[in-house]
Amino acid sequence: MDTAVTAKKKWWAGGYSPFNVSYGKLMMWYFLLSDAFTFGALLISYGTIRFSSPSWPDPNQVFKSFPGMGHADLPLMFVSLMTFILIMSSVTMVLAVHAGHMRDKKAVAKWLTWTIIGGLMFLSCQAWEWTHLYHEGAWWGRNPFANVDGTAASTNFTNFFFTITGFHGLHVTSGVVLNIVILANVLKGTYEQRGHYEMVEKVGLYWHFVDLVWVFVFTCFYLL
Amino acid sequence: MAHTHSAEGHEPAHVDSSTKTIWKTFWILLGITIFEVGLAFLHLEYNFMPRVALNGIFIILTIAKAFFIVAEFMHLGHEIKNLIMTILLPLLLFVWFIIAFLYDGDSWKRLRDDLKPGTPVEKTLVAPAESHH
Repeated sequence: MDTAVTAKKKWWAGGYSPFNVSYGKLMMWYFLLSDAFTFGALLISYGTIRFSSPSWPDPNQVFKSFPGMGHADLPLMFVSLMTFILIMSSVTMVLAVHAGHMRDKKAVAKWLTWTIIGGLMFLSCQAWEWTHLYHEGAWWGRNPFANVDGTAASTNFTNFFFTITGFHGLHVTSGVVLNIVILANVLKGTYEQRGHYEMVEKVGLYWHFVDLVWVFVFTCFYLL
Repeated sequence: MAHTHSAEGHEPAHVDSSTKTIWKTFWILLGITIFEVGLAFLHLEYNFMPRVALNGIFIILTIAKAFFIVAEFMHLGHEIKNLIMTILLPLLLFVWFIIAFLYDGDSWKRLRDDLKPGTPVEKTLVAPAESHH
């Protein structure tokens, strides 16, 4: 095992990966790095526009609804629930990866299934939130919410909100699809035959990244 | 290829403690999120803390959460230094990216304030006078 020799190991001398991970995993990391810049660019442009605006809508006035609670004023509650669901699905994903290390096919399938359910729950929440905002008159190019100082707001607020949460939701969607593909392979016994569950680790990296992005979206749109 | 999963021999040994770390990380993430939401509520209800300080705390806590997700869930904290650096060093570009663009946005706002209709004319007259000094 590579890591057994540590102090004198020449990582760049060739013969093994200088990063001590497989090609596929390294490329997943690089893809996520590039994706981080994509999301970073979106969030920073949102920040730039917000900084350049004399006033901005108060998120607590906009995101205050909860399914089944009618017009009750509940800022932060629904988005906290969404955050909790996504963190929870991240945990079930690590548990799936962990089960993969143990070569425990049943446990991998179980935790992957929970992760998929978590992803679908998150997407349902987002669908509800979007629908609700749409019925309040918010959409790309339409912003019914006034600025904090009472002046009429531009459509920047809704444009950025729908674009960035939409792009994130798209990532969650493709993550769920990938998880389903991997789950099918697990059940077929593909990885059991291959001798390792590294594919679970790779989609796991992607899934955690989606959670990571949400942490920033949560802060930028709902807290700040 | 073979070396990536050659850890099987020693895997089960550190695996047991591993679920403990997973749950610990989960509680940390949940705790930070609840703390953030709690602070936001305190600010909403009792106007607790100036907005700027609150935002600073939110950003620091967000970065803390990001650290735990990347280091523990994505396991980057347990990889070798080469991998950690190849991922983290490019992210340093964000330091410039954030400062430069937010500063730019702010300067646009100041320009708009200075140039909006009804802005006192004296302001524009004072500028050339001062440039003679």
